[in-house]
Amino acid sequence: MFNINYTFHWNQAFRALPQMLEGALVTLQIAVLSMVIGIVIGVLLALAKDSRVAALRWFANIWIEVARNTPALFQVYMIYFGIPAVLQLVAGVFGVNFRALGINIFYLDSYWAVLVGIAFNNAGYLAETFRGGLRAVPPTQTRAARSLGFNAVDSFRLIVLPQMFRAVFHPMTNQMVWAILMTSVGIFVGLNIDLTGVTQELNARTFRTFEFFALAAAIYYVIAKIVTGGARLIAWRLFRY
Amino acid sequence: MIEIENVKKSFGNLEVLKGISMTVEKGEVVSVIGGSGSGKSTMLMCINGLEPIDSGRILVDGTEVHAKGTDLNKLRRNIGIVFQQWNAFPHLTVLENTTIALRKVLGKSRSEADEIAIKQLKHVGLGDKLKVYPSRLSGGQQQRMAIARALAMSPKYMLFDEVTSALDPQLVGEVLDTMRLLASEGMTMIVVTHEMAFAREVSNRVAFFRDGLIHEIGSPKQIFESPERPETAAFLKSVL
Repeated sequence: MFNINYTFHWNQAFRALPQMLEGALVTLQIAVLSMVIGIVIGVLLALAKDSRVAALRWFANIWIEVARNTPALFQVYMIYFGIPAVLQLVAGVFGVNFRALGINIFYLDSYWAVLVGIAFNNAGYLAETFRGGLRAVPPTQTRAARSLGFNAVDSFRLIVLPQMFRAVFHPMTNQMVWAILMTSVGIFVGLNIDLTGVTQELNARTFRTFEFFALAAAIYYVIAKIVTGGARLIAWRLFRY
Repeated sequence: MIEIENVKKSFGNLEVLKGISMTVEKGEVVSVIGGSGSGKSTMLMCINGLEPIDSGRILVDGTEVHAKGTDLNKLRRNIGIVFQQWNAFPHLTVLENTTIALRKVLGKSRSEADEIAIKQLKHVGLGDKLKVYPSRLSGGQQQRMAIARALAMSPKYMLFDEVTSALDPQLVGEVLDTMRLLASEGMTMIVVTHEMAFAREVSNRVAFFRDGLIHEIGSPKQIFESPERPETAAFLKSVL
């Protein structure tokens, strides 16, 4: 029969709140960094995918396809286990002495694996979002900029890009929330300093599974809400036109 | 001086310019008239190198526009162009629209750029709209802003590509007035237009384009009062 003898002990969970909030900061840090990296690479991928150079198109296509059509967890795995494997291969074949460079080829820190993995995922998703956004900026804008003497890079950077970011601002906010929630896969590569990692350690010590994870979920929820609210504020401030 | 020598250009199988030759002297205002698809706008795009050409050549102050080594970005600073679509930069205020190229292309300081831009914006009657975004302007105001933006770069030449075609009729006058003012100040201008009264009044010469060729070119008096070619007469009859 069902065992319904579980009694809630919220006090323990609430006492651990400061610890969990510290974890939440790490979560937020990973998400923000992975977004910044993802946005930069995403713009480049969006351009590469529409490039005239076939190699660039292929590269962008593969990145975007993998990022969007495989589980985020696998992507983090690929980084966590894949990068050391590749480095070992390089060391073996080319005889590069990574140790001298201060790089341990047998182990990648889980923090970096999660950060790079999620940045990879963000870049793939954002690239497609950006491609759509770029289509929303009429080509006559570039033409007008070029006719004023702007070179190709400047007319893209100063005229097209700001308008694109307005068009994609809300999907970008979604991606940010998604990035925050995705950091929880870090637990599978041993990340124990983010919100999920900290919660899991507390759980392992106390077995107050429900309380701790319910509290963690609430914290995730609040962070996500603060991010969307903040984004709305930024949009209101930035896009006055 | 702008020299256009036997310029040909095709878009795919469609030959848009079939051998255009024309010279525009300093201080001259040349209007280009003709039906749509006759190659008028394409020719303007070729003059500042926004469009490549297939053969012939275009010289602006002796510089061959489509030669390999030509620095188009530099050349374009001398050639202002205003388009049919208003092409205001929507994310920038009127003042920023007008200063951005001054600052980022010519490398002027903010205060220097502001001074130039404000002078030009006042010139076209937008002195009270500096902090406004283009979405708050009428089509006529946006078009005048585009003119000020081009003028701020102190170009030697101004090209106008049917700048009043997308405007409501009551807004056409203010834009034409601005162009009239410019012509009276001695600006060298090539004006592609459907405004026949304007072409007649302001131009030194009028060129009638037909099927990718200059069918007839001459003084406004000649073109409008005694055209030599029957097609010119027929076209004018259809639009006047």
